[in-house]
Amino acid sequence: MSADRLLNTLGAWLLALVWILPLAYAVWTAIHPAAYEARFDLFAPLSLENFAKAWNAAPFGRYFLNTFVLVTVILFGQIVLCTLAAYAFARYQFPGRNVLFALVLMQLLIMPDILIVENYKAIRFLDLVDTIPAIALPYIASGFGIFLLRQTFMSVPKELEEAAQIEGMSTLGILIKVYMPLAIPTYLAYGLVSVSHHWNNFLWPLIITNSVETRPVTVGLSIFSAIDSGVEWSVINAATLMTSGPLLLAFLLFQRQFVQSFMRAGIK
Amino acid sequence: MLQTRSWIHAWLLLFPGLVFLIAFTHLPALTTLWSSFFTTPRGRRPAKWAGLENYETLIADPVFWKVLWNNAIYAAGTIPLSVVIALLMALWVNRQMVGRGFVRMAYFTPTVLPMIAVANIWMFFYTPGFGLIDQIGGAFGFAQTNILGSANSALWGVMVVTIWKEAGFFMIFYLAALQTIPTTLVEAARVEGAGSWTIFRRITLPLLMPTTLFVSINAVVNSFRMVDHIFILTGGGPDNASSLLLFYIYEVAFRFWDTAYAATLTVVLLVFLIVLAIGQFFLFDRKVHYR
Repeated sequence: MSADRLLNTLGAWLLALVWILPLAYAVWTAIHPAAYEARFDLFAPLSLENFAKAWNAAPFGRYFLNTFVLVTVILFGQIVLCTLAAYAFARYQFPGRNVLFALVLMQLLIMPDILIVENYKAIRFLDLVDTIPAIALPYIASGFGIFLLRQTFMSVPKELEEAAQIEGMSTLGILIKVYMPLAIPTYLAYGLVSVSHHWNNFLWPLIITNSVETRPVTVGLSIFSAIDSGVEWSVINAATLMTSGPLLLAFLLFQRQFVQSFMRAGIK
Repeated sequence: MLQTRSWIHAWLLLFPGLVFLIAFTHLPALTTLWSSFFTTPRGRRPAKWAGLENYETLIADPVFWKVLWNNAIYAAGTIPLSVVIALLMALWVNRQMVGRGFVRMAYFTPTVLPMIAVANIWMFFYTPGFGLIDQIGGAFGFAQTNILGSANSALWGVMVVTIWKEAGFFMIFYLAALQTIPTTLVEAARVEGAGSWTIFRRITLPLLMPTTLFVSINAVVNSFRMVDHIFILTGGGPDNASSLLLFYIYEVAFRFWDTAYAATLTVVLLVFLIVLAIGQFFLFDRKVHYR
């Protein structure tokens, strides 16, 4: 029994070390001078020079600002649109309800990521190529968000709504004052998933942006590390860590909430 | 009268969301099909009706078949492995042990990283002569490798990165499911004298079936969507050895600017996803049987 337990703990640890190794190695090279990037020495001098070099070699400040604006715009838009739609699906009976809900669910499989060609044409038609709204637009209406919020809204007791109606509250008033506060945990979970997803998104922003003023960090990083001559690995690794830094930091600080929110978002 | 008013309310609430949903998901899906029957407009020459010409090109295109085959290998190689590893991780992290917090963090961290960052980190591992793999191999006297540069191994190099990134994500779903298994069930089995392996095989595994199905469907969809790392690691090469369907679509549309042919390729991808959706519907409709 206890041998079994020991073996399992050992196995779990071994896999954990293997899993963390790539990241640990990237951190190691990033905080040591370039001379040590292929040579382990426990007493190698620490330095933050790689981060400084990376920061100065590309407009990362601008990239961060773009990404920040992007995830904020997307999250705000998603919350507004998904809340309204989810409320309609959760509390109203109307003709076409099932068909429309099926259309929403379809987006869980056919995501905008795949329709890059036609979406590019649409954005060009709107004359929005190379703008931050262009990166955000395809993702504003999220089938997943509507579905998740609908599930939450359906669990709100109907009596609460009826009481509010008797008080003379309007439809929107009930939504804002009764439903939304009760769904805060869902909003939090959805927010974390959405922010991390769009912070990390790459293909669509790569296609639709082509200037420093709009490029998010992921695209900036890919351009930075594609210059294969001259840039040292330790600098690339520093840039890599910088790019994922804010999310990584948030994750380490709010590990529990992160894991739980992914769990919550996953349970369908 | 009251009913009509509530209908109007519902439609008004749905309107903004549906406009965006239709504009960027459903309409493009339909226009993709439409565009696949036309030629690509070039310069002052507008698109012309081409009938099935694009599809004939597709069938005769060796790169298309190569990429499709790659995607099949990619799915067959990454899905079972990442699901099994995820289950193992969840089982481990669900029990009491020393340093459980660290272990859980180690498994999950890759999920939070951008795929582009992940690819950068792994690139450093794979670099011939200089990277960690060759350094460790070299210490044991192995010859230099060029995993990403050789047609036989490039796709496998990409697949390893996918598994590393995905397993921890799937682990979360298993972990959630494990926590809903009633402990009384396990205790009862133990009283009956069942060993750990029997309990796992007869109780845990069957109760995890719906999760396995959910995770697998997710993994299949991801195997069509995940291409970010290919940009950094191999660029689809050498000789398309590590290119996947979506990456090929990107290349055709935005490098060769052949949007009509890219639309044709997208139709193939959509057909796969729709078949998957129908399959999922029937699977979930019958419910996964617990035994």
